[in-house]
Amino acid sequence: MSSKRIVVIGGGPAGMQAALSLAAGGLKPVIVERAGELGGKLKEWHRLFPSMTEANEVLTRLTGEIAEAGVEVMLHTEVEGIALGEGGAHDGAPNGVVLAEGKKLPAGAVIVASGFDIFDARQKEEYGYHVYDNVFTTVDIERMLNGDKVALSDGTAPRRIAFVHCVGSRDEKVNQRHCSKVCCITAVKQAMELRERFPEAEIYSFYMDIRMFGPGYEELYQQAQQESHINFIRGRVSEASPTIDGRIQIKAEDTLVGRPLKMSVDMVVLAVGMKAAAGNEKLAASCDGLSLAPSGFLAPRDMFTGCVSSGAAGVFYAGTATAPKTIGECIAEGAMAAQRAAEYLKSGAKR
Amino acid sequence: MGAVNFGYGISAARGMDLDRNDLGPAREIADEVPEFRACIACGGCTATCTAGNLTSFNFRMVHTLVRRGEYAGAYREMNKCMLCGKCRLVCPRGINTRGVVMQIKRKLGDY
Ligand SMILES: Cc1cc2nc3c(=O)[nH]c(=O)nc-3n(C[C@H](O)[C@H](O)[C@H](O)COP(=O)(O)OP(=O)(O)OC[C@H]3O[C@@H](n4cnc5c(N)ncnc54)[C@H](O)[C@@H]3O)c2cc1C
Ligand code: SF4
Ligand code: SF4
Ligand code: SF4
Repeated sequence: MSSKRIVVIGGGPAGMQAALSLAAGGLKPVIVERAGELGGKLKEWHRLFPSMTEANEVLTRLTGEIAEAGVEVMLHTEVEGIALGEGGAHDGAPNGVVLAEGKKLPAGAVIVASGFDIFDARQKEEYGYHVYDNVFTTVDIERMLNGDKVALSDGTAPRRIAFVHCVGSRDEKVNQRHCSKVCCITAVKQAMELRERFPEAEIYSFYMDIRMFGPGYEELYQQAQQESHINFIRGRVSEASPTIDGRIQIKAEDTLVGRPLKMSVDMVVLAVGMKAAAGNEKLAASCDGLSLAPSGFLAPRDMFTGCVSSGAAGVFYAGTATAPKTIGECIAEGAMAAQRAAEYLKSGAKR
Repeated sequence: MGAVNFGYGISAARGMDLDRNDLGPAREIADEVPEFRACIACGGCTATCTAGNLTSFNFRMVHTLVRRGEYAGAYREMNKCMLCGKCRLVCPRGINTRGVVMQIKRKLGDY
């Protein structure tokens, strides 16, 4: 019976949807999640772009369906690698996953939905994260919004706020060449949320390119400009330094007028990128056919019809394990990976 | 005989300091033409501008500088505009660009 079981590594949006789709198809998914709860990053967010839906609404919808479908969930359990050997669904295919202390969890197929890591903004020393008070990341802002405590470190309201895009993305200096895709729209969304809270503040957003790829994103950007009075300045912030009165001075070139610009602000928000998960390397090394893209994300078999397939039979991918994505995209891939895994169990189809 | 000119010289500071610039007038202009805040500095207006094709006038540059509180010379530059309205026809953000011209002329005459 274990060959009909499908292990889903990670209980974020992608993994939860993969498990739900498998269960709906009469298969036996088990979600292995190293954290103490399901949800992945979704459980840390406040409201979701582009519709400003409460993150908790999406989270409880998914976790509710998981409970209703009776999906087996193993919490506080980390997957160390893919298990190989006898007893797989098909010859030479993986037969489960390896857990801590070499314990094996048998399965006929595996869906890797292990997600991404948040870029550690301390690596961009020039922005002073964890050095100056009042330099935050977009992740901090989500938490502050959730706690309804957005303020400067002394508890007062910011009068001038600067968002900095592409922190830990599109940057050879920190070995992250890729665009993280969601940080532009996240910064726009948060700038609008800060506007609601601080009607009098001046809010600036420093960008290299504005990437509004999704439905309703460009419209939200325009709304941020026109209605929320967010000032977008094209130029990469080179550094942040403290001023004598405890504020933060930032420097950039305003590339649209070709002149250097400086200003002091009370609050800096770094739009941190999505980094390939640290565990990808170990996972890829555990099974022939799994490989990493140059960005460190897991490389799908191809970008088109094989976008949820790996190079190994019986191992499928869903969500941000392979590249930065939105929650909606992760959910779509979760469902697709489930379908491919079901087809594989039935016929050995490797696609 | 003057000194040899090596091409270096002391010029006015080129840096923009948003702590010093008075953004009040820029805000007033945007309040009169609210969609001006949605400008994406695409340069469509400059590309089509007849005046800009015959002189050094760059409407996009002038109004971007105005948004940063850099008003010096903006009024004078605007006198090159013939108010033909072609820029308004091309603006992808639907900005009443002629309205922006008029507001710059009305509010920034003293700079
Ligand atoms: C600041 C910020 C704001 C965002 N806001 C939005 C938004 O408003 N709207 C939107 O659509 N998207 C948003 N996103 C993107 C969104 O967070 C991701 O699309 C989504 O979380 C990815 O889901 P996932 O399941 O692929 O990965 P994750 O959410 O990373 O979940 C992966 C899960 O796998 C577990 N895991 C990893 N490795 C193992 C292992 N070896 N063993 C067991 N478990 C493991 C992890 O603990 C985690 O629970 C935002 C991203 C950022 C950075
Ligand atoms: S989405 Fe925007 S902020 Fe994020 S890396 Fe891409 S261009 Fe930079
Ligand atoms: S055409 Fe419109 S959006 Fe483009 S630079 Fe001119 S005013 Fe701005
Ligand atoms: S209205 Fe003025 S700025 Fe616009 S195209 Fe005509 S001359 Fe140029």
